[in-house]
Order: sequence, then C-alpha cells, then structure tokens
Amino acid sequence: MSELKISCEAIREVEAVCETFHNDPGELIAILHAVQNKLGYLPEEVQRVIARKLGIPASKVYGVVTFYSFFSMTPKGRNPVSVCLGTACYVRGSDKVLEEFKRVLGIEVGETTPDGRFSLDCLRCVGACGLAPVATIGEKVYGRLNPSDIKKIVAEFED
Amino acid sequence: MKITSADALEGIRRSAAEALAVREEGDRSVSQEACGLDKGTPHLQVLCCGGTGCKASESAKIVENFRQSLREHGIADKVDVLVPGCFGFCEKGPIVKIIPDSTFYTSVRPDDVEEIVTSHIIGGSKVERLLYQDPSSGQHISDSKHMEFYRKQLRIALRNCGFIDPENILEYIARDGYKALADSLKRDSLEVLSDIKASGLRGRGGAGFPTGVKWEIARKFDAPDKYVVCNADEGDPGAFMDRSIMEGDPNSVIEAMMICGYCINAHHGLIYIRAEYPLAVHRLQVAIAQAREYGLLGKDILGSGFDFDIEIRYGAGAFVCGEETALIHSMEGKRGEPTLKPPFPAEAGYFGRPTNVNNVETLANVPVILTRGPQWFASIGTEKSKGTKVFALAGKINNVGLIEVPMGTTLREIIYDIGGGVKNGKKFKAVQTGGPSGGCLTEKHLDIPIDYESLAAAGSMMGSGGMIVMDEDDCMVSVAKFFLEFTVGESCGKCTPCRIGNKRMLEILDRITEGRGKMEDIDKLENLAKVIKDTALCGLGQTSPNPVLSTLANFREEYVEHVRDHVCRARKCKALLTYSIDPVLCKGCSLCARNCPAEAIAGEVRKPFVINPEKCIRCGMCLSRCKFGAIHVI
Repeated sequence: MSELKISCEAIREVEAVCETFHNDPGELIAILHAVQNKLGYLPEEVQRVIARKLGIPASKVYGVVTFYSFFSMTPKGRNPVSVCLGTACYVRGSDKVLEEFKRVLGIEVGETTPDGRFSLDCLRCVGACGLAPVATIGEKVYGRLNPSDIKKIVAEFED
Repeated sequence: MKITSADALEGIRRSAAEALAVREEGDRSVSQEACGLDKGTPHLQVLCCGGTGCKASESAKIVENFRQSLREHGIADKVDVLVPGCFGFCEKGPIVKIIPDSTFYTSVRPDDVEEIVTSHIIGGSKVERLLYQDPSSGQHISDSKHMEFYRKQLRIALRNCGFIDPENILEYIARDGYKALADSLKRDSLEVLSDIKASGLRGRGGAGFPTGVKWEIARKFDAPDKYVVCNADEGDPGAFMDRSIMEGDPNSVIEAMMICGYCINAHHGLIYIRAEYPLAVHRLQVAIAQAREYGLLGKDILGSGFDFDIEIRYGAGAFVCGEETALIHSMEGKRGEPTLKPPFPAEAGYFGRPTNVNNVETLANVPVILTRGPQWFASIGTEKSKGTKVFALAGKINNVGLIEVPMGTTLREIIYDIGGGVKNGKKFKAVQTGGPSGGCLTEKHLDIPIDYESLAAAGSMMGSGGMIVMDEDDCMVSVAKFFLEFTVGESCGKCTPCRIGNKRMLEILDRITEGRGKMEDIDKLENLAKVIKDTALCGLGQTSPNPVLSTLANFREEYVEHVRDHVCRARKCKALLTYSIDPVLCKGCSLCARNCPAEAIAGEVRKPFVINPEKCIRCGMCLSRCKFGAIHVI
C-alpha cells in the first residue's frame, strides 16, 4: 500500500458517497464521478477505499479509472487548460496552439505546473466549432486562437 | 399538475400553441418591417441562442444585458427573453432573434444589446449593422428564411431547436409534443411499430440499421425487465449533432424512448450521456423532472395503464462506448469493452436483460414520423435512405454550423450553397465524413447524392454526422495520422488487430511524415489496414483504418511525395520544412526575431535577418508575423 496522503475526513466523504449509491458495484462509474467532483482527482488510496466499500478488487476500480479519460489520478491545476483537438479545431491549427501552451507553461499534456496554477489537457470537441481553434481554461472558452495569443491569455491568470 | 388523458393534453396544447404562433415565420416573400412598442406592437419576444457554441461567445451575458436593459426601460413585462437551443448558424453566433418580425441578428456582442432594445424593440427600426450580409449580393437579410445557409435545409430532427424554450415542456407540447405518444397509447403497439418500419427510418449513429427492424427484434424477447437505451455518447471529435438536439429539444428524445418502450414492451429507459456535456445533462434533467410533474413519465401514463420512467447514466470519455455492447458494459459500471455479437443486446443487454439501443438523432425523428405519418417521412430522401440527416459542418468552410438536409442532397450543395464555400478563397481539397471511422472524399465525389450506400461505396461512411472541410493547406497524410492517433488513444485494447495493428500503422505514418519512410511502407500500410478492417472485434476497430485507406485511394501521390521526395505539399509536416528569409524582401524590422520562441533568428535592424536552421523549431511564428512576405518555406 502506498503512503497515506488523504485525510480521514476525505475517506469518510468517499465512504458516504458509496453509501448513497447503496455500495452497488454497478454504480461504480457514478461513484467515481461523485468522488472526483468532491476531491478533484482519484488517487490510489481513494480507489482502495471505494473497492473495499463495494466489495470488489482494487484492480477493478483501477481498471475503470484508467479506462476513461474523464477520470484523473493526479490533481488538476487551479486553472485547468484544455486544448480542443477535435477535427474541426485540428484543421484550423489547434496543434500549434497546443505546442504553444506546452512551451509557455513548460509542461506536457497531463501535467500540472509545479506551483499548481495550471494543468494542461486535450479534449475532443467543445461544440464551438465556429470558433475553432478553441481552448478552455476553467469554465471560460477561448476561441479563434492564434499561437501568438497564448502568452497574453496565460498572463491573465497570473496570481 | 398531472395530465391524465389525451384530451387534457390536447387542451394544454391548444392554449400553449397560441402563445407560440407568433414565432412561426410563415411564407413571406420579402423580409418584414420591424415591430416595436412605439409602433403599437403590444408584446415582443427576444430569443437568444443558448447552444454551446453561442454560450462560448458570451450569449449568457447577452441574455443578462437584455433582462437588465428591459427592466431599466420599464418594459420587462412587454418583452419576454427566452433561451432556445442551437439555431445552427454557429459561424455567425451569437444569434439573437426578435419576434414577431423574425429579425435574425448575427454576431451580437453584449454591448450591442442596448441598441437593439432602444432602436428595434422600442423604436421599431432594425439595427442594420447586425443583420446578416449576403456575401454575393452584399445585401442585408433580416430573416433566416432568405439566407442561403437555411434555404436548402429541412429541419425535422432539429424542428424545435432554436424555436422553443427547451426548459419549458409546455412549449414542446405546443408543437405537437407528446401527441405521438398519446396517439400511440390508444393504438395497438404492433401497429405503431409497423409505422416506424414503414417510414424507412435508419439508425443515425453511423451504421444505418433499420430502426423498426431493431425494435421488432427487441420486442420478440420477453422478460419482466427490458430496457430502452438512448445512446448520447457522442464521441466523434468535431461533431455536436446529438448534443444540440438534447440541448435544444430534450423532450423529443424522452417522448421517443417512451414510444419505443410501448412498442417493445419495456418500462425502463436509460440515457447514456457524456459527462463532458453539462448543459445537455442539465436540460435533460429539467425535461425529465417536468415530464414526471405532468404525469408524462411514471405510472399509468395518460390514463393508458402504461408505465415508463427514465434515468440518466454518465459516460466518462471513451469513444468506444458509442459501440452498443461497450456502452452497456459502461452503464454496468465496468470498463467499456465491446463483446462479440451475438448475443445482441436485444437478447441479452443491460445486466443480461433485453435492451434496445438507439441514437439521439434517430429518436428525435420518431415522434414526428408518427404525427405526420410514415408515408410523409418515406417521401423524403433517397430510395434506401429516408428522411434527413443532421451534419456538424466545420473546418475550412465559411458557414460553420449545424445543418439538416434531406438524404440525397449532394456534398457540393452542402459545401458551396449551405456552407458558402471554402474559407479565405482557398481551393477545396477534401471533405471528411464519418469521423475517425470515415474517410476523406475529393472533388470527384462532390456530386454524389448523400446516403448510407453512396458514401460507403465512395470509401467513407455516413457516420454520426461530422463533416469537416479541408483546403489545399491540409496534408492528407497528416490528417490520416491525426485520426489514427485518436483511434490508438481510444482503442480499448481488447483485440489484437486494433490494439497492435493500429499502433504499427501509426508508427509507419510517423516515419513517413518525418521523412524517414520507405516506398514499401506504403504497401505495408495498405495491407495492414485491410487486415485490421477484416479482423478487429468491434465497429471501432473495423472502421479505424478507413481514414488511411481513403487517403491512400484518393491522395496516394501525397504519400509518395513524402517518401520519395521528402516534400509535404501542404507544408504541414514540420520535419520536411526549411524556413529561410528572403534578403531582398526583408526590411530588417526584427519582428520575426523578437517573436521567435527558439531565438533562432538574428540580424541587425534595417538589414536582412537570417534563420539559423540548427536552432529553428519550424513553428511558423516568423511566417505568421512577417508583414513583408519575406519568410520562405520549402
């Protein structure tokens, strides 16, 4: 077992979530959604707590967490950046936008900056193809992006 | 208030329809004069698009500004502000429509609201600068009926999107909502099913299986617990048809699921939706709650003795879950891995119970088929593909948006008439349909009438409705690689051809785009693609080589150029490019050097600058910054 990093309070919260779903293994994905909503991510200890509550092997929980791109085992930054790599954005140059985010933030896709300010991810289609290429930071959508805009946008979020 | 009979429903429909009648555009030949409070119009409505695309352009702020401005002018009681679903014309969003004169304002900014209120709503004169300008005539057009974008469209699945308030069930009822259900419950379920069969409706998720036949099979398997599942796991990157229907007209999906339940004798409905679609989830939740409140979901619906209820299940971002067996496993809380069919879900689906899975757009067609009759639906479209298809038209096209056209419309009509042609006057190169499972079609395919068979014969597929236009600046080898990267990332890993075969194909494409390819790689790629197509377990794997096969068939010379000449004609493949500065054209302004992220450009101001090829990372920043056209790329 890995080192215990989450608080007893968080464990109790996770257990409570499992109980609202009647500890039903068929509700595993719904439980993972609810827990990730509360904690922001799904570290190994949390997965073990869920597995114990539902009476299923931890490997099964891990299998599900890693199968779906929506679930994350690392905490996101305070300002999660997601660059759309849907086809519409791709043909309008989102690959270059992504490269520039990587360069400006100094991190790769799936990573978080050491100060916890930003994390970088890709997503597939925000549904704002008229604004392609698009990226989201938190809830806000940035459209018609040019690589040269990125530095300024990131600066808006400086603490 | 519960609606307990079909007659009570009809009474509600009549009173609600009156309020909605002002929104009908009618068949006016010329755009109508603006209405306004000062001109004696007693009541106006403002419709602000609440689709995801317009929301991304601050349409929520526009709504807020309207409400505030109307309050400040003391006319909030005379003007309703409503937020319907997607109008479709995303390129020109956010869209604001003023009723009763149907003025269609485009690209509205939050700051424009005050002018619309004082000039149009109060004064009765249109704000010309916000009207759509026809690109060929230069004239301002104030209603959507006269825009090229809408002229060739026929909105059946999208009939209520951009028209009704999706969070008000009464507006759905006003548009004959739940009438198909009420009528069906009075008929024998087998008769209703035969109507769906006779309409010729086929699955809109991609494969095109006849919906009526699917229901008939599901009906045959008897069990106490049967399920109707709505597949709302729209995973095709660059497609947003189903999302728009759920956001703009959630009740049509609910009604259709109930009709399906009645036909196949099921009482439980499940909607499997992506968690990444928060607005669609919210609208569905509201619609389900309202349907329950009105007694349209629950026990003894409309006094017929038929029970039905719906729950929402959340996906978590896995493309393969669009495949019905994978989707069912995901709903059971497992990894979304597909299984071999048979047994089909109709026999053993959700937790082993008989399950019928239909896609959102398919379901949205069902109520209107029953209210207007199967013959009416079957009269639209081609011999084997009936009705219409919704496409998310995007990419290098002037009019990006959500469109619905009769089957049999040609790609040329979609791209040039509705789409307004290729952006920035560039040359058309290809159109991609069917997403990662589809293919790229070229100029020579533009005149084929679109239906399931013709697209498949041309080497692509209907798919769920993504349609991406590409121009001369797109490298087809890179496009094939883009889709393959997607498939490799989304492969569930269960079967070897998809897990390993696609990875090998991607490695070959990496080599080719980096200038390390060999001529035999092209044959190897083609061979591997065919093997995967024949041997993969599920629909995702079997169709994953399509982007490679179709680009090989239509753009083979580009592959050859990459390998033999180390040339990427679209100048997309970085490794094959060399950037240089033309000493004659360069004015020595230093803009390129100041913007170069790799500090690869050096020189003295007012003298020609030079790029150091060792340091150059080929990002193209200098090219985009140079005002004198002095950067050359070979």
